[in-house]
Amino acid sequence: MFEAILLTVITAATPLVIAALGELVTERAGVLNLGVEGMMIMGAVCAFAATQMTGSPYIGIVAGIVGGGLFSLLFGFLTLTLVANQVATGLALTILGLGISGQLGESFVGQPGIKLQPIVIPLLSDIPFFGRVLFAQDLTFYLSIALVIGINWFLFKSRRGLKLRAIGDNHGSAHALGINVIRTRYLAVLFGGACAGLAGAQLSLVYTPQWVENMSAGRGWIALALVVFASWRPWRVLAGGYLFGAVTIGQLHAQAFGIGIPSQVLSALPYVATIVVLIIISHNRRTTLINTPASLGKAFVPDR
Amino acid sequence: MRIELQKRARVSTLFSVLSPLLALVLTLIGGAILFWALGKNPGSALYSFFIEPLLEVWSLHELAVKAAPLILIAVGLSICYRSNNWNIGAEGQFTIGAITGSILPVLYPEWHSPMILPLMLLMGIAGGALYAGIPALLKTRFNTNEILTSLMLVYIAQLFLDWLVRGPWRDPQGYNFPQTKSFQIEAVLPEMLASGRAHWGFAFAIIAAVALWFMMRFMLKGFEVQVLGQSERAGRFAGFSARRMVWFSMLVSGGLAGLAGISEVSGSIGHVQPSISPGYGFTAIIVAFLGRLNPLGIIASGLVLALTYLGGEAAQLSIGISDKVSRVFQGLLLFFVLSCDTLIHYRIRLIFAGSQAEAKG
Repeated sequence: MFEAILLTVITAATPLVIAALGELVTERAGVLNLGVEGMMIMGAVCAFAATQMTGSPYIGIVAGIVGGGLFSLLFGFLTLTLVANQVATGLALTILGLGISGQLGESFVGQPGIKLQPIVIPLLSDIPFFGRVLFAQDLTFYLSIALVIGINWFLFKSRRGLKLRAIGDNHGSAHALGINVIRTRYLAVLFGGACAGLAGAQLSLVYTPQWVENMSAGRGWIALALVVFASWRPWRVLAGGYLFGAVTIGQLHAQAFGIGIPSQVLSALPYVATIVVLIIISHNRRTTLINTPASLGKAFVPDR
Repeated sequence: MRIELQKRARVSTLFSVLSPLLALVLTLIGGAILFWALGKNPGSALYSFFIEPLLEVWSLHELAVKAAPLILIAVGLSICYRSNNWNIGAEGQFTIGAITGSILPVLYPEWHSPMILPLMLLMGIAGGALYAGIPALLKTRFNTNEILTSLMLVYIAQLFLDWLVRGPWRDPQGYNFPQTKSFQIEAVLPEMLASGRAHWGFAFAIIAAVALWFMMRFMLKGFEVQVLGQSERAGRFAGFSARRMVWFSMLVSGGLAGLAGISEVSGSIGHVQPSISPGYGFTAIIVAFLGRLNPLGIIASGLVLALTYLGGEAAQLSIGISDKVSRVFQGLLLFFVLSCDTLIHYRIRLIFAGSQAEAKG
């Protein structure tokens, strides 16, 4: 019983973790992309479509990543090349993503999907309890863990990561040092989009293997809140993602037991939890100021 | 080839006017390509999407019905965005306004008095404003990001509405449909003209837009909004309080969204049901930007966006494409608006390898 619940918590947490990690890298480079929800839903629809056409959910995963990535370039072009307002453009990306995905996915509504099967790692998965929980998961879970480790190493141990953080904290100085601000930011936006696309693919291939319009249901926004919650640190994203996964699954189980609380109150819990967490994290102005990338959301036009 | 931006010495007035129009033209071109890709004749599709709804009296009334909430919400949002407060939860404030405004007709269906309608509208405004007060309180008190909190509150408001109409507010004689009793006649916002459905919500929208335009143009408060939006520091030197501006802009926009909510329920639907808005609160964000955050511009852009809703419905009937196309249109439009706005502040130059060529000015 406990093992089954833990498995569903992992499935619910994985898309949040992946999308939030992508956005973390984008924001570390100083770009605030509020279009996570839109890129996620584009990833979900591309992944589902490719899987239906080819029969292989692995091609679906790739399609999700590519779909989310390409879609994020639209945001990159507007905010980085044309220096449009990042907040407004992010909203536009979400609105457009929800619209296009609804249109693209219309013929898929009601079709049974193909689920991405778990990859059982021999020997390790035989370990009692932990083996089944940690080593008999699908590809997206392994990728999420690899991303946490990889991004943590990249940001804090590698030279390029240092440059990326420098751009996020002071793009003027970084430019003066000869770092290509715009190119790095494009790559960071692209990475964020690819991650959001992968997270979307997880939704339509693992979490609920079917296509439902608006199936991301605010998860992109929760991922954005997770980045703030994690104060821009990869390991804390992992912890926060699992906390939210637990709240989501907990309320689903409470609904199934019918404990006398209206189902709508329980469904609202993840959103209420997001607000509560934001209050706890943000109330100390000074720590927020120290953690937030100083150039976050500010446009950069190189002077020549 | 690469694109280089050159800051204009002063803001281009020409492009301030031209950029929304340019965006509209680009959206139409994008739309034509979209219809072509869907295998429809672009010309006739665009005609039935954008022209046909304008040819009949009843559909002009529908246009006003749909434009009313969009304009009401968007003029409030323009104050928020000008002052750098990013309220994106208008959909939730709309929902709560509809709920608080409906308390009287739902709980006292036997109360027949001319007092009921003004009270309903006031309660709708209060409900929307209070709901927008939550992110304002959290931002001023706990430094919380208002984008995320106001958006989370949308989901909560929708679930609350869902619970109400399926639970305590459900009409016992309603054959188990999740909706309230129809409002008594005194609680229905009347139509403006005898010729069709357009109700007084549209008049409220125009009044609100003109009033806020006047405030932004001629009153100190309007100047305060602009100064604090452009530089909080400069505003502090002028003795303006950014904190108070958070409250002011959020309460105004929330109140107007609440008024839109109760007007929609009372004037257009006639009862409360789980779904009361086709995303007006989010579409209003596009309306605000297309109107260049100017209340008078927003009247025009509200009508344009209302047309995309109508066109979507019309195109579904006449050429058999899904009304989801209108969502795509709305998204494209916002994208083109934001890109064209670059031309107001910058000259765009295309640099070709080797030679330098001036492209657009």
